[in-house]
Amino acid sequence: MAATAQPNVKNVWLGGVEPMKASYGKLMMWFFLVSDTFTFSALLVSYGLVRFSFPAYAGKVADFVSSPAYWPIPEKVFDAMPFMHGIHAPLVFVGIMTFILIFSSVTMVLAVEAGHRMDRAAVEKYMLWTILGGATFLGCQAWEWTHFIHGTDSGTVVKEIVDGTWITKTVFGANLTENQYGPAAFADFFFFITGFHGTHVFSGVVLNYLVFYRTSTGMYERRGSYEMVEKVGLYWHFVDLVWVFVFTFFYLV
Amino acid sequence: MSVVEANLGHDVHSHDEHEHHELNFWRQYIFSEDHKVIAKQYMITGIFWAVIGVAMSVIFRLQLGFPGANLSWLKPFLGGWITETGALDPNFYLALVTMHGTIMVFFVLTAGLSGTFSNFLIPLQVGARDMASGFLNMLSFWFFFVSGLLMFVSIFIETGPAAGGWVIYPPLSALPQAHMGSEMGMTLWLASMAIFIMSSLLGSLNYVTTVINLRTRGMTFTRLPLTIWAFLITAVLGIISFPVLLSAALLLIFDRHFGTSFYLSEIYINGEALPNVGGSPILFQHLFWFLGHPEVYIVLLPALGITSEIIATNSRKPIFGYRAMIASIMAIAFLAFIVWAHHMFVTGMNPFLGSIFMFLTLIIAVPSAVKAFNYITTLWRGNIVFTPAMLFSIGLVSLFVSGGLTGIILGNSALDIQLHDTYFVVAHFHIVMGAASAFGFFAGIYHWFPKMFGRMLNGTLGQIHFWLTFVGVYLVFMPMHYIGIAGFPRRYYQFTSFDFGKSFTDLNMFVSIAAIFTFFAQFVFLWNFFYSMFKGKVATQNPWNSNTLEWTTPVNVGHGNWEGEIPAVYRWPYDYSKPGSPVDFIPQNIPHSQTLESNFPHENEYIAQEKEIEAQNYNDQFASH
Ligand code: HEM
Ligand SMILES: [Cu+2]
Repeated sequence: MAATAQPNVKNVWLGGVEPMKASYGKLMMWFFLVSDTFTFSALLVSYGLVRFSFPAYAGKVADFVSSPAYWPIPEKVFDAMPFMHGIHAPLVFVGIMTFILIFSSVTMVLAVEAGHRMDRAAVEKYMLWTILGGATFLGCQAWEWTHFIHGTDSGTVVKEIVDGTWITKTVFGANLTENQYGPAAFADFFFFITGFHGTHVFSGVVLNYLVFYRTSTGMYERRGSYEMVEKVGLYWHFVDLVWVFVFTFFYLV
Repeated sequence: MSVVEANLGHDVHSHDEHEHHELNFWRQYIFSEDHKVIAKQYMITGIFWAVIGVAMSVIFRLQLGFPGANLSWLKPFLGGWITETGALDPNFYLALVTMHGTIMVFFVLTAGLSGTFSNFLIPLQVGARDMASGFLNMLSFWFFFVSGLLMFVSIFIETGPAAGGWVIYPPLSALPQAHMGSEMGMTLWLASMAIFIMSSLLGSLNYVTTVINLRTRGMTFTRLPLTIWAFLITAVLGIISFPVLLSAALLLIFDRHFGTSFYLSEIYINGEALPNVGGSPILFQHLFWFLGHPEVYIVLLPALGITSEIIATNSRKPIFGYRAMIASIMAIAFLAFIVWAHHMFVTGMNPFLGSIFMFLTLIIAVPSAVKAFNYITTLWRGNIVFTPAMLFSIGLVSLFVSGGLTGIILGNSALDIQLHDTYFVVAHFHIVMGAASAFGFFAGIYHWFPKMFGRMLNGTLGQIHFWLTFVGVYLVFMPMHYIGIAGFPRRYYQFTSFDFGKSFTDLNMFVSIAAIFTFFAQFVFLWNFFYSMFKGKVATQNPWNSNTLEWTTPVNVGHGNWEGEIPAVYRWPYDYSKPGSPVDFIPQNIPHSQTLESNFPHENEYIAQEKEIEAQNYNDQFASH
């Protein structure tokens, strides 16, 4: 059914063949990704809508302090690094995470390419690198969430009305109802969207592992095709691409 | 050289296997991967839900038409929802309205309609052994089943099912303390819908890939029957719009259970301020209607596709404007994504933005009118055969026109300020979406029943069913427009506390009586359906003298649809009453070389291509290479 079984087809849209030389599984993956694009778009558009319903921080960047009254400046929030307590390193850690994820996409390309050459050992090698990249990304994300949840040493003093009286308290870190960095919605969307993306990465790692396992048992070699690697590859690239958008919207702008 | 082939090898194997001994009962009827069985499963489930959904509407119509009547006789069904004095519990009224909407829109007219006919007809009409992935197809049905099960359970819990309308706007739906229907009932609603969306996605992926990859040789896109075009575009609509509802629902779940404020801001309940700030309930409406508007076309397009096929066949004429029909389906589908805010004219939207959405909305009238006129011109001077399927198709065209006209009224934002959330809207969408799609469903069943069960439905009963339903539907929904213009808001338990409400009690009563009448008329169909399934007249191979490929299969279609090779296709499906031809229909699998007497000059050129078509046989799912 795939390429080799359709010799000299002149008119690919005439029926009786797969017009794009893509198996139904690959087509389904493509259409699934279209669908998933809309899931993420809906979330990101919602994020944009809520974000711009809040005032932006108006003062000088250097004087920035967190407050629930306006949307925070991301590089002032995400400036921590593991083992470097107290050092201001804006967006360095998330930059490393992003690099790792993109690098794992490169190794995935290499795995797909090795599959075309029917080079089992190379597929195994590159799938392993990809899995490693994905797992590292998830580990980094876990660290970042932990840090985000625990907050800084000083926290933020907020004033709010509880049962009709003003109270002042110090908030440390973030949860889904309040956070020290800015409006509740900031942390809500952060957790939801990065969490939703992280779930996708996690499923990707599981799928990649499955494909790695099947490669190493020689299943695809016997089948004569590494198409499965291409399919999970599509998914993996998609998850990376989505991260680029999440990264842009949450960290850069 | 692919996974596909490995699976194929397997398929072929299991195929030979059950030539010898049958699949066991479970694999053959319950967890079947055969598209025809899955289609029937969808159909039966859809009919089950239709009976429940319509029965619910009869109950709340009783309340609206006869406020204060003693409904104690419903106690055996509704238990505590009927109060001591025999009145319907107002909370349950809201729950009934919500469940009716949800069930009819999603379970009956989305899953029931697409699930039945896309599954049944796509492989048969494009010339495939089965769907691309039988396994995912089976999963799709069982996800739908589980989603229905959850919704069904929610009807029986103590706090009742969801009650915020089928559109489940927050904050009402987000705050369990807001209404009893927003407690467990809403939780189950959201869970059920999440699963439903997965089912819909799996189904749609299969429909699209099957149409692209598994068309038989010669079946170019411009030779596809219009049914297939409609199913294809419908599936694409679903793939793109349902995920947005999924996002909306997930965010709502977080607001309900995890304290986030995506949709909530500055709310007081019983004088107490909630801590939530910063969210926006309007955001939910945008997300919902981004699905919601395409959804109405997900419901209608398959019905229109079915109608195209039936009207051409039974007018014994080629469909008028085949390519214009395809283009208008595509135009409608495209526009469906950029008009959603016409449901939100009164949300405080900037009037200028409102006028943009108004403009885009009114453009839909153009492709809609193209379709309507093409149906009428196809009927024009045709040798019309009034089969029940044909009657329902013509009825659909009538409903589509009358409901479309009121759509144009509603599309004007200035008029909509008066009409929004009144019974005028209810009348509009019940005619154009509810009744029209239901007519498509009926038309499809009357037309393809012989292919599904190898037996005929009783034609006389079909005619009776049609006339009772057609008259009934108009009697219900025509007066409803006036109730709406008079200002009656929808989703109100009763109007007797307002003076103006009293003047329309008689009309409301009339509508309710018509609704009950129409409901009972459907039992004519149900009896016909189940009786004929077992005792109906045995069908012939091609009872309607139709051109499409499904009628070249044996009367009782087996696994793999065709015995031997899949037929090749040489022509479009609408060669009816072709000048010069001794017969009044030429099926798609008849080559032009055999019909020299009726070929148009340009068609003689296709003869040269016949060899190429015959040789191009690379996607038979049963063939082993
Ligand atoms: C010319 C074509 C149409 C136009 C201009 C149009 C316009 C509108 C407008 C403006 C509304 C909002 C009314 C309001 O809530 O105040 C509406 C509601 C609705 N329309 Fe249409 N419509 C058209 C055709 C259709 C078709 C073909 C369908 C379905 C197949 C449909 C289904 C619905 C539904 C379900 C609602 C109400 C949803 C709800 O509020 O519960 N409409 N239409
Ligand atoms: Cu709409």
